[in-house]
This record gives sequence, structure tokens and C-alpha cells, in this order.
Amino acid sequence: MAQPAHDPSRHSYYVGDALYQELIADFDVVRRDDPTIQDLAERDVFRGLVEREARLLDRLQFKEWLQLYADECLYWVPSTPNGGDPRREIAVMFDDRRRLEDRVFRLATGFAWSQAPSSRTVRMVSNVEVFASENPDQRLVRSNFLIHEFWDDETRALAGWAGHRFRKFDGVWRISAKQVNLLVCDQCIRNPSIIL
Amino acid sequence: MTQMERVETVRPRNFGVSYDWDELVQEDRVHHLLYTDAAIFDAEMRHIFGGTWVYLAHESQIPNVDDYVTAKLGLRPLIMTRDSDGIIRALYNRCTHRGTTLCRFEKGNKRSFQCPYHGWNFLNNGKLRGVPWAEGYGENLTRDPKFNLAQVPRVESYRGFIFGTLNASAPPIGEHLGPIRKPIDEWLDRNPGGKVVVCEANRIKYKGNWKLAYDNSGDGYHVLYSHRSLLETENRFVDENTEKGMSYYRTAPDEQPMYMQYMGNGHHFKDKRPNLQPRNGGLWAIESLHPGMEHVEQKLRRQFGDRADALLDLAGSEPVNINVFPNLSLLGNHIQVFQPVSFEETDTIWYGTRIEDVDGTIGEDALNDINTLRMRTQEGFPNFGEVDDVTNFEQIQRGLRCQEDEWIYMNRGLGIPGRIHTLEDGTIKAPATDEMFMREYIKEWKRLMKAEPHLTIQREP
Repeated sequence: MAQPAHDPSRHSYYVGDALYQELIADFDVVRRDDPTIQDLAERDVFRGLVEREARLLDRLQFKEWLQLYADECLYWVPSTPNGGDPRREIAVMFDDRRRLEDRVFRLATGFAWSQAPSSRTVRMVSNVEVFASENPDQRLVRSNFLIHEFWDDETRALAGWAGHRFRKFDGVWRISAKQVNLLVCDQCIRNPSIIL
Repeated sequence: MTQMERVETVRPRNFGVSYDWDELVQEDRVHHLLYTDAAIFDAEMRHIFGGTWVYLAHESQIPNVDDYVTAKLGLRPLIMTRDSDGIIRALYNRCTHRGTTLCRFEKGNKRSFQCPYHGWNFLNNGKLRGVPWAEGYGENLTRDPKFNLAQVPRVESYRGFIFGTLNASAPPIGEHLGPIRKPIDEWLDRNPGGKVVVCEANRIKYKGNWKLAYDNSGDGYHVLYSHRSLLETENRFVDENTEKGMSYYRTAPDEQPMYMQYMGNGHHFKDKRPNLQPRNGGLWAIESLHPGMEHVEQKLRRQFGDRADALLDLAGSEPVNINVFPNLSLLGNHIQVFQPVSFEETDTIWYGTRIEDVDGTIGEDALNDINTLRMRTQEGFPNFGEVDDVTNFEQIQRGLRCQEDEWIYMNRGLGIPGRIHTLEDGTIKAPATDEMFMREYIKEWKRLMKAEPHLTIQREP
């Protein structure tokens, strides 16, 4: 995979219509019934990456978490159960690299009242399935998640499934896009301010 | 609506407890019971969310005949239909047999609704079409109007916004909106053809009274503090991109050209547009950083030259807060709806809007880019701003449990000479951080709570 022409932490030239079309098509793949990769060793590679992401988020290690992502990346929480088309619909969250870093920056300002004090979370991920792609340096991974979040006076469960699009850069698998499908994506959610 | 239709006056069955409203709502402060008392909340569902016009839905959500979307009038579940004759109706989502809700889906297209419990079937104009084993009733139920669905008797649209009220003596919606129509018109008319289309939503719940959101909707005093994390985030590349977002609140906000205006009937308007450079692209110049903005800007400038500035402004968040009492707020490009759940729980729904290329001068490709960017700009505030506000609303609700400390103040600007001006049309203008709008809207609230509203429902004949 080529290096970006502009620093995606500062500029967003890469988020255009072609990228959206590819995104929608790729996350249609993880809605199919049959994962294409049955090899357990390969599945374990991706299971390990998804588990590592969950662990870093639980521990609020956002800098290390961001390093799991490709330089040009997307983080997408649709507001409809079928994912929808983010070009025509508001998403719960739709971040490129810069806005993901905004999200992390905001939490570190000390003035993000919705996370002062921070939520405590514990995440379980399971049912990991891996889908091949025409591009040998790309895999789509589907997994289920259950996040228990303690904040203020309540411990709640946020459940759903995630799609990860992994791409290989210099021999390393990194997350180029993540789609988080919350069960309650189209419902009013109290304080939706943790990173999912 | 024809005179043939059957109108039923709703008689109060529960006279509740009485309050000294003049004691609870004073010139400079209100009592915590307005936010913490379940009986006052119940009364609000009749006097406010029954007695005055309430926003229900947008026409673009039901564009075709037989379309429907579910909605609420206060706590009352509704089915908003565009019936088979094209008439927009607000049907009570309540079977006339046993009270079951008929429709459990948010939207769709249906000519009729069959009750899942005993199979009574209703047309989308509310008329009972038939019941199973009709011979078990001594009469033909479909000929008795009392078995047709109840519906909101007054349903009127203003430029796509559908309002409803149970108050038979309410003035027409245009008259009720009055001066707030002008900012609504301007908010619409900046878009091609003066139109927007609703497209999904950000949805946030908080454990607090609905009025905490309405108090906040025009509040210029909280911005620098409640939204400090947002302002710092928007301006983290301050060496290159100065004065993004609401940075104009940072220095002497009351001396800025922006202002607050009370528009009567509980409506109010915060206008921050005068802070912008008065040119095409002035809005775009302060827009925060969003996914894809450089890509779209580069493309539009290449294709459209000087016209690109005006097109980029269509993706930018219009810096206004147009607050229509009691439950609608147009801000940025959002149609925000406040939905009370209980005295201490509220849903806020931030419907997104996209534009259409009404006269064909934008083209499909550029329209797609503008709308896509418009989705991303609209996601910014709910994610990085509103979450901090609703946290503060929840903490107000908690603080008010200190019940002996009874009062909540809204006296900022009160009694300071030369600060507040009543204009010829009766609207009232004040500096951006003034709490004048709270003092004024709560007077309207008090007037409605004191009055015994003449509530009606209606059924097809």
C-alpha cells in the first residue's frame, strides 16, 4: 500500500466518493453468510488484533490504539441497522484519521464533561470470522462485541457486531476501516461518548 | 377537514393538585418543582403538549401517498400518515377496541393498519374498515364513528414542518409562529428551492427534564464553558486555522454583532450570522475540520470557480438557533426535536438534512459531494458538543435534589439599562449571553399552565 500524499492527521483529501463506494461494498462482504477463510491460524491472527484493540480501548490507551489504524483510515458507526449510505445519511459517528485524533484529543483536554470521570469499560469480542478479498493484502473480519460500561450511576451493556477492514502495510496488518453496528444504533442513547 | 367530522371534547378526569404558578415562576427565577415534580410534568402533557402547537414530523419523511412515520404528541404515540387521498393526518396509534398500539414500525408505506391483538383493521385515514367475526357484535361497528381512530384535530404544515395541537381554539400555525417565521424562511431559503430533506438522525437521551434542553437552546452564556473541549479541539491547529466554530464566544461575546431575540409565543432566536464575514464562503471559512472537506473543496473550486464558495456554504453549519416552543430547534443544518419521556428523562433527536438540486445547476456529482460533506459537518456537534451539554443537564437534575435550595436563576441581563430592546413588532432583542429568552418563554409556559385548555380529538364520520 502506498504512502499518502498528504498527512491524513492534518488534511482530508482521501475521503471522497470512490472511498465511500469501496467502503459500502467492502462492508457488504461481512454481511454474507459464509466466511471464506477457514484456516484457524489465520483466523487467530485477526482474533488477536481485534482482542488487542478491545484491550487498548478498555485501558484508555488511545495513542497505542490509534497505531493499530492505517494512516488513512475510517471509523464508522451507522445510524441504521443495515449500515446505510453515509453519503446520504447521518451516522452516529463517521471519523477519518483527523477526526479520530480529534476524538482522542477532546478526551484529553480535561474539559470533556461527558467523560469526566471516564467511563470504565470491559469488552468481550467473539465469533470472529474472516473474509478474503480480491486484494491479497486485504481481509474483512466480522466479530461480535459486548461492552459493559460503567459511568455515573449506571452499568450498561452495549452490544453489537463490528466489521474490520484490515490492510497490510509493510508486512503489518492495520485497520483501514471499522464499522461498528450497535443494536441500538437507531435509538436514543444516553451519553454516547466512549470510543466503540 | 370537513364539518362532517366528529369532534369530541376531552373532559378532564383528574383535577390533580393545584399550584401557585406566580409563586413558582417569578421574574428572575423559577422553582425547582418545574423540573422535579411528576404531577407538573403530567399537567404539561395536557397544557403544553396538548394546548399549544407541537412539532410532529417533516413532510419529507412521508413524501408519497400511503407513507407513514411514527411520532409523538407529548407522550401520545401517533402514526403520521399521508393517507390514500394525500391528506396528512396524525392518527392516535391506539386501537379503539382495547387500546393496543397498531403500528410498531418507525416508518413505511401502508394503506391500512391491522391491530396485532384482535385483528381490527383501520384505513390510513383512521376509519375502521372491518373486524373479525363481525356477527359477534349486535351492530355494524364500521358504521359507528366512535370506533374510528382518534386523531389530532388540528394538523397544519408550515413549509414542510408539520405541527399538531389538540387545542380547538389555537390560531392557525402561521399566526402562532408569527415573527419566528422569518428566520425559518431564511434557514430554508439558503438551500436550493428553499427545501431540505430529512435523512436519519443522531439520537441522544438524557436523564433530565425536557425544559433543560429548551433552556439551553438559546443560551449563549454556556458555550465557552460547557463546550470548552469542543472549542479546544476545533482549534487545535490554531497556527494555521484560526477562529473555527464558535470561537467568537471567546472574547466579549456580548459586544459581538450576534444577538438573541424573543419572538413571542415561547419562540426565540439566536442569530450568530452577523459574526461571519458578509460574503459567500464566510460560513465555510469558520467551519471546523471534517472528513473529506479538503477533497470536496478542491473539486468544487476546480469545477465551479467563484461559485464554489456559495456551494461550500451549503455544507457548512448555519450559525443560528431557531427555537420553536416547546419541542423544535433548527440549528446548524439540524432539525432537532425534544421528546419528553418523564419529568426526569428526555430524548433529543437531531435529524439531519440534505439538499436537492432543484434547478439542476449543481449536477449529480457535486450534489453528492456537498451532501456527503453536509452529513459529516452535522455529525460534529452531537459528537463533540452535545454530549457535554447533556451531561450538564443531568447534573442539574441531580443538583435539584437539594430540595431546600429552591430556586433556579435566569436573571442575567435583567434590569441593566440599555441592554434589552423591544422592537416595533413586539419582539425583544438582547446580547448573546442574555437569559432574557428564558424569562420570556417561561412566561408563556406559565400562561399555558394557568389556562384550562379546550382539548379535543377527532374521528372520521
